[in-house]
Amino acid sequence: MFHVKHYKENMENTIIIDHLSHRFDGRYALQDLSYEVRKGEVFALLGPNGAGKTTTIRLLNGLYKPSGGTIRVFGNDPVIHGSEIRRQTGVLTETSALYERLTARENLMFFGRMYGIVESVLLKRTEEILQFFTLEKRADDRVSTFSKGMKQRLALARAFLNDPRILYLDEPTASLDPESTQQVHELIESISKQDDRTVFLCTHRLEEAERLADRVAILNSGKLLALGSLAELRGQFNPGLWVDIDLLHPLTKVVDFRMVRGVVEGTVEGQKARFQVVEEGAIPALISELVRNDAQITSVHQEKVSLEDIYFRLQTEVKEGQK
Amino acid sequence: MNWKAVFTIAKKDIKEARQNKSVWLPVLIVPLIFVVIMPVGLILGVSSATGAAGNPMNDPDFAVFLEKMPEFMSKMINGMDSVQSSIVLLLGYLFAPFFLILPLMFSTVIASESFAGERERKTIEALLYTPATDTELLLGKIMAGFIPAVLITLGSFVAYILVVNGAAYPVMGRIWFPLPSWYALILWVSPAISLLGIAVTVLISARVQTFMGAYQSSASLVLLVLVLLAGQATGVVYLSVAVSLLIGAGIFVVDAILMYYAVRTFNRDKLLASAA
Repeated sequence: MFHVKHYKENMENTIIIDHLSHRFDGRYALQDLSYEVRKGEVFALLGPNGAGKTTTIRLLNGLYKPSGGTIRVFGNDPVIHGSEIRRQTGVLTETSALYERLTARENLMFFGRMYGIVESVLLKRTEEILQFFTLEKRADDRVSTFSKGMKQRLALARAFLNDPRILYLDEPTASLDPESTQQVHELIESISKQDDRTVFLCTHRLEEAERLADRVAILNSGKLLALGSLAELRGQFNPGLWVDIDLLHPLTKVVDFRMVRGVVEGTVEGQKARFQVVEEGAIPALISELVRNDAQITSVHQEKVSLEDIYFRLQTEVKEGQK
Repeated sequence: MNWKAVFTIAKKDIKEARQNKSVWLPVLIVPLIFVVIMPVGLILGVSSATGAAGNPMNDPDFAVFLEKMPEFMSKMINGMDSVQSSIVLLLGYLFAPFFLILPLMFSTVIASESFAGERERKTIEALLYTPATDTELLLGKIMAGFIPAVLITLGSFVAYILVVNGAAYPVMGRIWFPLPSWYALILWVSPAISLLGIAVTVLISARVQTFMGAYQSSASLVLLVLVLLAGQATGVVYLSVAVSLLIGAGIFVVDAILMYYAVRTFNRDKLLASAA
């Protein structure tokens, strides 16, 4: 496991996980995890299905008792203080888990009462939330008549109802169409900017984590593979940039471009060339070398190493390690 | 204990149950059969029976019942003609165990919807993320079954009083029902039976995935009522006030044991494991 960077000691940690393990029927769902989640950040737990993301949310809210290790949320143990912790958290579950025979308003009122929100405050809050999530026109319709996107917005509204200090989002856009996904992403971005709220996002969608998260933890089979901000992970795992170059004609001879300072690797196939370089400063030397080898360049395009590159590299390393 | 949360869960579950046809149809139809159709049919049948063959008093099994009948019952029908006696014995005594099917059915159908139904529809997880404790969740769901079961049974009892007295008035010439043992049955045995239905449903729901599965399994408790019915019909048991109080107390003891076990085994971890 690679810890990219130690946490700044002066930053308040909302969640502290220390050597956490959890077993189901003798099989490890989570194995010896240690990390912290900072107040006010969007923290993404990234991993394939079965990596232990949902189990983590359940443990953090006291729904499961961990098999080993300790958890502190707001400084409290969820096993002992689960009720107090849940009062200050909101969870968007993987399935929307809404009462389909009740209306949107009835769903929100029920959960608001469960959170102990005073009736007069709850009525006002429900109206505000319905408007914020653009559901006010369908507030008194049964949830069974809603589209998937509307259900997801309502489930998000429910998670947000008690003004939670930590908002857990378990696969918030799984099974949504691109338009609804876009809406949900915008809502999450808007929510996460409010009042130092911490957002704990579980997803297998890499672009989602890349767009929304301040820091990312990558899990596989219950083990933590990497942790840090995207910039930190880039620096650690796959430094630099990708440079894509289009050529007018294929090169007439084989050239080893790794001899050029700053070039990590490269491939030239026909009129397309792709290089990984450690920094932007390496690009002029690379182009000079190409020109020196009679290349006629028609375009140069650079892009940063993506979370996807890092993610697949780590997952591949795990698979190769298992062989 | 946060009672507001308990009653919020109960209220929500009752509201949901009301909108489920599989719940409200039996709640409507079964009382209709036991409270209206069967008593009226029996009264009309007995009143219109003519001759020795048509009179239930002349039935050999009924004759055995009459012979073994305790003194308080003999006194009750003393001075009545055979049709009047038949109506009192059939609807006042033999019918009593039938009536216990109502609280049992109401409680099991609503509790099945409340426990297994919520898991079946995968709504349980959102409920588990609320601040409610395990005990508050369990109590809320018990109340969701218990309150309507007791209220609908009481309502059915009031309807039975009106139907039986009304339909039998031409024969009896007076208001004769309810008999004293019915108060014990409705106010003491019926709540005990409702709780029994709920306790068994809670325990079964931990192992059964669907509302129908839970309801069908817990509905086998009807056998208990049939035992009482057979006992009363064969003269082994008579549901007098004392016997009803005793049976109710016995059921409450069983309820307490089952509920204790249910509270001890009811937790979020298991609910999620069985919902997965």
